[in-house]
Amino acid sequence: MTSIDKTTNVPAPRAASEGTPLLEVRDLHVEFHTRDGVAKAVNGVSYSVDAGETLAVLGESGSGKSVTAQAIMGILDMPPGKIPSGEILFQGQDLLKLPADEYRKIRGSKIAMIFQDALSSLNPVHTVGAQLGEMFRVHRGMSKKDSLAKAVELMDRVKIPAAKARVGDYPHQFSGGMRQRIMIAMAMALEPDLIIADEPTTALDVTVQAQVMDLLAELQREMNMGLILITHDLGVVADVADKIAVMYGGRIVETAPVHEIYKRPAHPYTRGLLDSIPRLDLKGQELYAIKGLPPNLLNIPSGCAFNPRCPKAQDVCRTDVPVLHRVTEQDGTELPGRGSACHFWKEQIHG
Amino acid sequence: MTDTQTAGAPSTGTAASGPAGGKKDEKQERIASLWSDAWRDLRSNPIFLIGAFLVFCMLVLSAVPGWFTSGTPFAANACTLQNSLKPPTGENWFGFDVQGCDIYTRTIWAARNSVIVGVVTTTLVLTVGGALGLLAGWLGGIMDSILSRITEIFFAIPLLLGGMLIMSGREGNAWTVSAVLATLGWPQIFRIMRSSVLQHKNNDYVVAARALGASTVRITLRHILPNAIAPVIVVGAISLGVYIGAEAALSYLGIGVQPPEISWGLMISDAKDRFLQAPHVLLFPAAALSITVLAFIMVGDAVRDALDPKLR
Repeated sequence: MTSIDKTTNVPAPRAASEGTPLLEVRDLHVEFHTRDGVAKAVNGVSYSVDAGETLAVLGESGSGKSVTAQAIMGILDMPPGKIPSGEILFQGQDLLKLPADEYRKIRGSKIAMIFQDALSSLNPVHTVGAQLGEMFRVHRGMSKKDSLAKAVELMDRVKIPAAKARVGDYPHQFSGGMRQRIMIAMAMALEPDLIIADEPTTALDVTVQAQVMDLLAELQREMNMGLILITHDLGVVADVADKIAVMYGGRIVETAPVHEIYKRPAHPYTRGLLDSIPRLDLKGQELYAIKGLPPNLLNIPSGCAFNPRCPKAQDVCRTDVPVLHRVTEQDGTELPGRGSACHFWKEQIHG
Repeated sequence: MTDTQTAGAPSTGTAASGPAGGKKDEKQERIASLWSDAWRDLRSNPIFLIGAFLVFCMLVLSAVPGWFTSGTPFAANACTLQNSLKPPTGENWFGFDVQGCDIYTRTIWAARNSVIVGVVTTTLVLTVGGALGLLAGWLGGIMDSILSRITEIFFAIPLLLGGMLIMSGREGNAWTVSAVLATLGWPQIFRIMRSSVLQHKNNDYVVAARALGASTVRITLRHILPNAIAPVIVVGAISLGVYIGAEAALSYLGIGVQPPEISWGLMISDAKDRFLQAPHVLLFPAAALSITVLAFIMVGDAVRDALDPKLR
C-alpha cells in the first residue's frame, strides 16, 4: 500500500469558496405524472450547504426529502418525474442545465450519495473490491490492479478490519454495519465536495448507528465536505448536524441552527415532532403523536399543508399558503438562519 | 437467497480454512457468489455429473467420430445390400439397416448433426433473444412495445408448422435446420431476458451505480446483465436438449436433415416400416437420441436447481 502516491489524497482546493455556497437549491419543484394525476412531491424547496457544513433534512415519509436529494443527484426517473421549475446550483453552476454526460461525470466524483439499505445498494454478483474499484475505473480510467489497491486503501480508511483479506468478498458476507461502511467508502472514494446521505443509519441497529455516524462525521471533517443528511431520526441529527431543515408536504416548514430548534421550535409541526420523542422523565405516560396522516401528494390541502393536523390551525391557515418567515426575537433582533413557514410563528416561538 | 448464502457460505469458509490453511486456499474458500455457490452445488450433484459426462462423450463423439469407429458412412463401400437388416453381431454391434449399412457407424456419425443443431441453435437463440430482451427491458417504453409485438408474431408460429413452411424447397442440413429452430425459438429467451431485466433494473444497486456516475452501457452490461442472466442460462441449457429432439422430429418428418446427410431422426424414419421385422434398426438410433436429449436436459435441470435458491 505504501507504493500508492499519497499526494492524490490531498483534498482538491474547493473551487467556490468566495461567497457562493457549495450547493444551493432554489425554489425547486418536482412532480410525478401518474395515472391518477400529478403528484407534487416537492413544492418550492430552497436550501444551501457550504463546504464542511452539515445540513440535516428532517421529515416524515413522503415529505419530499428523498425526492429533493434524487433531483440533486440527477437520478430521478424522468418520466414519470418532472422538474417544472427551480435551480440546483453546485459551485455556482446550474446542474439542471448541464448536458447529461457532464452531469454524469459530476455524479460520484463531485457529488456522491449514500443509500439507506447497503445490502440492496451493492451489486450481489460483484466483490466489494470490484465495486469500490469501479469508481476509479469509471472516473479515473485506472487499471484493474491499481483500482483494487485503491479499494483496499478505502476499506482501511472506513475501518474495515482485515481489508486486504476481505477485498475479494461479496456484499452478503459482510455485516450490516460493515456494508454501510463500504457504501460510505464508495461515496468517499473520489473525495467529492458534497455527500448526500439518505437515511444512512435507518437500517442499522442502534449501537452500529452511532459508529457509522461518527465515521461519517470524521471523514467529513477530514475532507471538508458538505453533507446533506436526510433522516427522520431527531437523535442522530442533534449530534452531527450544523443546521436543520424540516420538510412537510414537499415544502420546508422550518429552518434553524441545530440546537435552537430543540430549544424553541417555531413551527407547530416541529413542535409535534419534538414532543413525540420518548422521554425518560415522562415514563409511563402516553407518548404524544401528531394526529392524522401526511398529506396526499395528489391532493395537497389548500393553504398550509399541515392545517388538517395542526392543533393551532385558524381560518387563514386553510386559505393562505404561509411563506418562510424570518424568525426574530421578541424585540425584533434577527435570529440568523432561522425561518418558519407558519402564520403564527410568533405565538409558537414566543407564546 | 442471500439468507442461505450468508448462513452457509462463510461458515464453510472458516471451517475449511483454519489458521493452518494456506493463504491461497483461504482466498478460494471465501469467495461465494451465486455462481461459485452454484458450481459447488453442481460438483456434488450426481445428476449433473452423469449428465455432464454424457454430454462430454457426445461432444467428443461428434468432434472426432473416427476415434470410435473405423468406417465412415460416406465411403463408397460403406453399405452392402447383402447385409440388409442383419441383426447385431460381435463384429457389428448394432447390426445393419435395410441398405446394408453398419448402424453403429451411422449412429456415431449422426451425433455430429444433432450436436451442431443443438449448439448452434442455442447460441443463436441466446444471442438474438438475449440481446433483444436486454434492449427491450432496459429501454422500456415504445422500443419495448415494438420489440415485444414483433416477438409475439414469432411466438405465435408453431414449431413444426413453421419448420415445414420455412424448410420446404430448401436444402436440409444441420445449418438450415439450426436457422429454422433459432428463428422460431428466440422469442422464448427474449421474454425471459426481458422480464429478468425488468425485475433487476429498478434494484437499488442500479440506482446506486447511476448515482456514482456509471454510464448507461456500463450499468447495463456490468450491473444488470450478470444479475439477470441466470434464468436465461438455465432455459438455454434445457432447450439445447429440446432442440436436438426437435431436429430429430423435423428430420423424421422429412423436413429436416436430408439424405445423404445422416441424422438419428432420419434413421428412425427409415426403420419404422420394418420395426417388427428388424427392431434393432430403429432401437439403436432411438436410444442414442434419447440418451443425448436426456443428458442435456439433466445438465440443464441440475443447473436450474443450483441457480434457484428456493430449491436448496
